[in-house]
Amino acid sequence: MRRLALRPPALVRRETPRDTLTLVARVIDPAQRIDQPATVRVEDGIVVAIEPRATAPAELVLAPAFVDPHVHLRTPGREDEESIATGTAAAAAGGYCAILAMPNTDPVVDSASVLVSLLERARDEALVSTGFMAAISKQLAGEELTEMAELASAGAAAFTDDGHPVSEAGLLRRALQYSALADRPLALHCEERSLSRDGQMHEGAVSAELGLSGWPSLGESLMVERDLALAADERRPVHLMHLSARESVAALRRARAAGVEVSAEATPHHLCMTHELVRSLDPNTKMNPPLRTEDDRRALLEAVRDGTISCIATDHAPHALHEKDGSFEEAPFGVTGLETAFAALNTFLVETGDLPLELVLERLSRGPAEVFGLPVPRIAVGEPANLVLLDLEEEWTVRAERFRSRSTNSWLLGQTLRGAVVRTVAAGAEVFAA
Amino acid sequence: MTDVRHLLGVSDLGRDDAERILDTARALERTLDRELKKLPTLRGRLVVHLFYESSTRTLASFELAAKRLSADTMTLRASGSSVDKGESLKDTAQTLGAYDPDVIVVRHPHIGAPGIVAAQTRAHVVNAGDGKHQHPTQALLDLFTIRAAVGRLEGVHVAIVGDVLHSRVARSLIEALRLVGATATLVGPPTLIPRGIAAMGCDVSYDIEAIRHADVVYVLRMQHERMLSGAAFVPSLREYSALYGVTPERVGAGQVVMHPGPMNRGVEIDPRVADSGASLVTTQVRSGLVVRMAVLYDLLTAGPLVVVEPLAVA
Repeated sequence: MRRLALRPPALVRRETPRDTLTLVARVIDPAQRIDQPATVRVEDGIVVAIEPRATAPAELVLAPAFVDPHVHLRTPGREDEESIATGTAAAAAGGYCAILAMPNTDPVVDSASVLVSLLERARDEALVSTGFMAAISKQLAGEELTEMAELASAGAAAFTDDGHPVSEAGLLRRALQYSALADRPLALHCEERSLSRDGQMHEGAVSAELGLSGWPSLGESLMVERDLALAADERRPVHLMHLSARESVAALRRARAAGVEVSAEATPHHLCMTHELVRSLDPNTKMNPPLRTEDDRRALLEAVRDGTISCIATDHAPHALHEKDGSFEEAPFGVTGLETAFAALNTFLVETGDLPLELVLERLSRGPAEVFGLPVPRIAVGEPANLVLLDLEEEWTVRAERFRSRSTNSWLLGQTLRGAVVRTVAAGAEVFAA
Repeated sequence: MTDVRHLLGVSDLGRDDAERILDTARALERTLDRELKKLPTLRGRLVVHLFYESSTRTLASFELAAKRLSADTMTLRASGSSVDKGESLKDTAQTLGAYDPDVIVVRHPHIGAPGIVAAQTRAHVVNAGDGKHQHPTQALLDLFTIRAAVGRLEGVHVAIVGDVLHSRVARSLIEALRLVGATATLVGPPTLIPRGIAAMGCDVSYDIEAIRHADVVYVLRMQHERMLSGAAFVPSLREYSALYGVTPERVGAGQVVMHPGPMNRGVEIDPRVADSGASLVTTQVRSGLVVRMAVLYDLLTAGPLVVVEPLAVA
């Protein structure tokens, strides 16, 4: 099969001066099995020395910077909610050195011209390396395929109709077949609309009591099963986005055991919280897929722990204040997450003993980078500095005015978290310092 | 001194609160037999009714309750107001708040809307129905009606029949029955009984025969206006009626029948039942008035109702 000349996914950022820094901390690079106090010297953006020490401040951890494969930058079209500049500033504040943006914008990223203009804007505005996924179907309408080969040549990182499922099995099959030409994975939002229709939250005891329409687990897992069956038949890689239900995890395990090339991600909110949170009727607890039960949360945690789910992705979904300020039912789905991901995971999962710190750091960095063929951030002499310095003991309260993101629809507003990003170095430049 | 600030849902009430309100309502009920029914209790107070859903019965009941207590009332309906111009609930609440109302009674199609109003104003807020969520004054009036008819609440068994899925009346009533030590069995087709609702502390049956064991048969309206096209929860009203319609044959001696209204005669309730001696439907309407008077009284005054003075004729 002749393939078009393909370049790797385009990751672009604003040119910024490389920095020279000396960082003293407990250095953890799970990929290289490093965990020891050290002084890391960065000169002109390159790691030039890693000097082991007897001690370092116990609360400070230096790790490879994070990679988020699931960010909504709302650009073009809803720059009132987020821009490339504000979204990547939020990413920098969250410890990220690279992000992938979703194509459900206005216009949709479904043609090379839209993609190329976005890449140009990101070259002017992005504080951290930014890549863009392109749509699987034109207008995300689930009817016609996009020009995937041309989009891939132009630098599309992957293909997704995120926010929408590819409802027709026939179209997804064709997309899987055709994606071989583009040599990029399909990232799938799994939702059977005839089951999730009108659903506001997880269908279960809480929805029954509140009277909110249910979005049953089966609405996700049935589509996961279908998508995996298609991927198995076509022998093409797929990535399952923001899984929420234990039945989906079970399907994922079966498919992996059968040799299907499938990766998956989970979000901090699905890993940390359950549908009980929705009792507050706070529109910032409304997301798609919805928060589910403690059993579902436990299944996701187990899958993250054993690597069945190799990525933690924020699904950072900014929404205008006035849209998340009314009733739960009127509010759009989605919450922001870039600036709180590490602190939430540390507070609700690491400190509770549910997940080891090193594992969380790995799932936030190498895991997603490998799935999407992005450079894996490493702490190694001669490598560009992609580093995050964390203070594990700092307590801070999540407040709207603290966010770099243009939107404040966080599920954590008002909560006090433990663990903070102190500095972020991306491609050799210090892009965030608390 | 009452510490009930708002009545957004049954969960705002403890058992003592509920029983105090029912006792107040009982005292107020005696005033209904007077020639002059108006009481001076809330003279000078402002009660605003903010209704975003069409309502005749509930609005009339609330308005009359406020008027009988001599409060000033103002009614705002969604149609024809700034709400139609796209004003948000928050802004409307702030605007109303500027008039310093003592109570705002809210009905809204969205769950949690009364809570949004409560967060924006200093007024006491009463939920007169929010989406499929809660309708706490309906639950209180139902308790009041049951207590009067059966003579007690503790241990009373109520069968709630019909479209529980879309019913705020059912959700509030299940919670209220539990609060006072009564029990509920939900009876209806599986498509209209939400999965997981048994966690609220009730039994579920798909068989109409289950109503036989109840002291009270509580019939819900088949709310076809809530059924979205293409999402038919039952194949036909005819079949629903055959399976779950409350007919004279299905109602046993000694059972009483309730319905929140408006009734679809011949659908969920047979007209012969609706008009029988077992029917408490008109009692419920009368209970609604005194219970809503009691709720207003409870929110706006300190302590239990001791003496009810008739309004002096000037």
